[in-house]
Amino acid sequence: MTADLSEKLGREMTGDPARATDEQPETSTDTLPPPAKLPLRYRNRFVEFFYRLFTERPLGAVGAIICVLLLLTGIFADFIAPHGYNAISPLDRLKPPSAEHWFGTDHLGRDVFSRVVYGAQLSVIVAFAATTLSIIISVIIGLFSGYLGGRTDMTTQRVVDGWMCFPDLIILIVAVSVLGPGTWQVILILGLLFGISGSRIVRGAVLTAKENVYVHAARSIGASTGWILWRHILPNVMPPIIVLYTTRLAAVILAESGLSFLGLGIPPPAPSWGGMLSIDGRSYMFLAPWLAIMPGLALAIAVFGINMFGDALRDILDPRMRGGTGRYIARVRKPGGQTT
Amino acid sequence: MLAEETHRHDHAEPETQQEVLLRVSGLKTQFRQDGRTVTAVDGVSFDVRRGETLAIVGESGSGKSVTAMSILRLIPSPPGEIVDGEVLFDGKDMLGLSDEEIRKMRGSEIAMIFQEPMTSMNPVLTIGRQLSEPIQVHRGGDRKSLLAKCVDLLRKVRIPDPENRVKAYPHQLSGGMRQRAMIAMGLGCDPRLIIADEPTTALDVTVQAQILELLKDLTRERGTSMILITHDLGVVARYADRINVMYAGRIVEQGSSGDIFKHPKHPYTLGLMSSIPRLDQPSGTRLTPITGQPPDLSNLPSGCPFHPRCRFAEDRCRAERPPLTQVSDQHWKACWIDVNKP
Repeated sequence: MTADLSEKLGREMTGDPARATDEQPETSTDTLPPPAKLPLRYRNRFVEFFYRLFTERPLGAVGAIICVLLLLTGIFADFIAPHGYNAISPLDRLKPPSAEHWFGTDHLGRDVFSRVVYGAQLSVIVAFAATTLSIIISVIIGLFSGYLGGRTDMTTQRVVDGWMCFPDLIILIVAVSVLGPGTWQVILILGLLFGISGSRIVRGAVLTAKENVYVHAARSIGASTGWILWRHILPNVMPPIIVLYTTRLAAVILAESGLSFLGLGIPPPAPSWGGMLSIDGRSYMFLAPWLAIMPGLALAIAVFGINMFGDALRDILDPRMRGGTGRYIARVRKPGGQTT
Repeated sequence: MLAEETHRHDHAEPETQQEVLLRVSGLKTQFRQDGRTVTAVDGVSFDVRRGETLAIVGESGSGKSVTAMSILRLIPSPPGEIVDGEVLFDGKDMLGLSDEEIRKMRGSEIAMIFQEPMTSMNPVLTIGRQLSEPIQVHRGGDRKSLLAKCVDLLRKVRIPDPENRVKAYPHQLSGGMRQRAMIAMGLGCDPRLIIADEPTTALDVTVQAQILELLKDLTRERGTSMILITHDLGVVARYADRINVMYAGRIVEQGSSGDIFKHPKHPYTLGLMSSIPRLDQPSGTRLTPITGQPPDLSNLPSGCPFHPRCRFAEDRCRAERPPLTQVSDQHWKACWIDVNKP
């Protein structure tokens, strides 16, 4: 019996070739690697993840590259930008793009390329801070509301309902007029705004996850609520949370630009893409179109990249969309070498 | 009666002298939803003695699982509620404990083994981490000693190559192995009572036998009591010391395995027996099913809930609900009829 079982197990652990080929998403049948290459995919889950990203979702891979570039630009803005973001040069006003000023200059003679680069930095900071804040809020509300259920859930959800009744823009305008414009205010407001609406998604995932038998089993061994939430529920709602994170990143960048465009976000002379579109871009649109085009393009590309990456991430992480070679199988260390 | 005693089972001492570990009396559990009240368990009483295996048998919806869940107070509330009764575990009133106290009992004193090994393990945790959970929750300990304990437990439930298995994920094990791992998890804190809720339903027959043998060996080794919940009479015959037959939330017959199998007194038990295929009958023999459907628990028939399906039913059965009455020393039934009368 022992030999029998281990043999069976060994078969399962070698990656179950039948499943691997049968259940691939239709798009990937022609990009499947030759069988000899299979082991590479099982080495670890990151290799597996990027392998699938590049072969199955090339657009997602492009998105990932854009995200990485955006991040690098943000981090190394000081080294990339040839001029300061607020270095005024009255003699070089409204110069079209040239070898010296790649994206031209604005009405104060500032280098638009430098401002776009610093704008990336600002966007990255705001996007990550606000999104992280919003996810933390979403997860806390969603976990407790969804898992505890009953009256807690009822009360929490009605408050969330009430909050979501207000149009986002109204909340933003009111909040900014109370707190005043500034970077941390924008982060706080966007974090709260997206956090509360996002809690719905987390709650939904928790509602599904908590019905699993292993959650009941965990209760039956005497695990506390906190333990169950941390050990059993949270890891199982991670995929939707990760996807929420990426979609929120793009949304936050857009929202921040929108706020700055309206003059409610980060005040000038900070190089916010939205602000650049508004003050400089709108006024000089026909005289110096690069003032609007350059930050607008940067914004569009960044949002496109993040969205594409997020989409691909969902397709790969979501078990329902996942092919037979899920990330759990990817954790097996040595295919075939498990049975000793 | 005496003759039955002798071939009943191989416990050395007579059961009457054994100490009672769990006493359930008059347990009543209801579920309320949309104004309807379903009484899933209706006045169930039984004892589990030290070291004995008690089987609870019945069809789906007869209240077997709810009874088990009620003991550990695992009924989701709302909509469920234990409205009446008493559960004494080693003299401790389980229904009166605070949430924190009952939490400490779960897993350490009373462990539960669930019916679906496929879904009762968290797919994102390794076997080792799940197995160590009860110990971690109740006793704590560092990672290394927990892991060593897990390897031990896996070896005890006869899983080959336990050192590597603890690093595996649930989907990498077969159903039988997962059920073994679940059993190992139940044994983690050396509980005094194991509640096995249909532990073998999802497994194929050969594996079923292995798992039950294992459970029996392990409980005997440690003197652990077990409540075995099942609808499979074949399982019961071989592994249970005593049997409770449940129907519509009530115990309809209670007795030792010998009594129940050799001398069933309730028409429902009789019906269950005659619906099992038997090797000692010619192969063409048709099985006799119990006709009709299980009753709607929110709208039970009058009198004896089994009467619409009972071939012995009389007027009295339709009017009055039969109490659980003693047939012989250890044998009780809830029926007005003497089924042995010609």
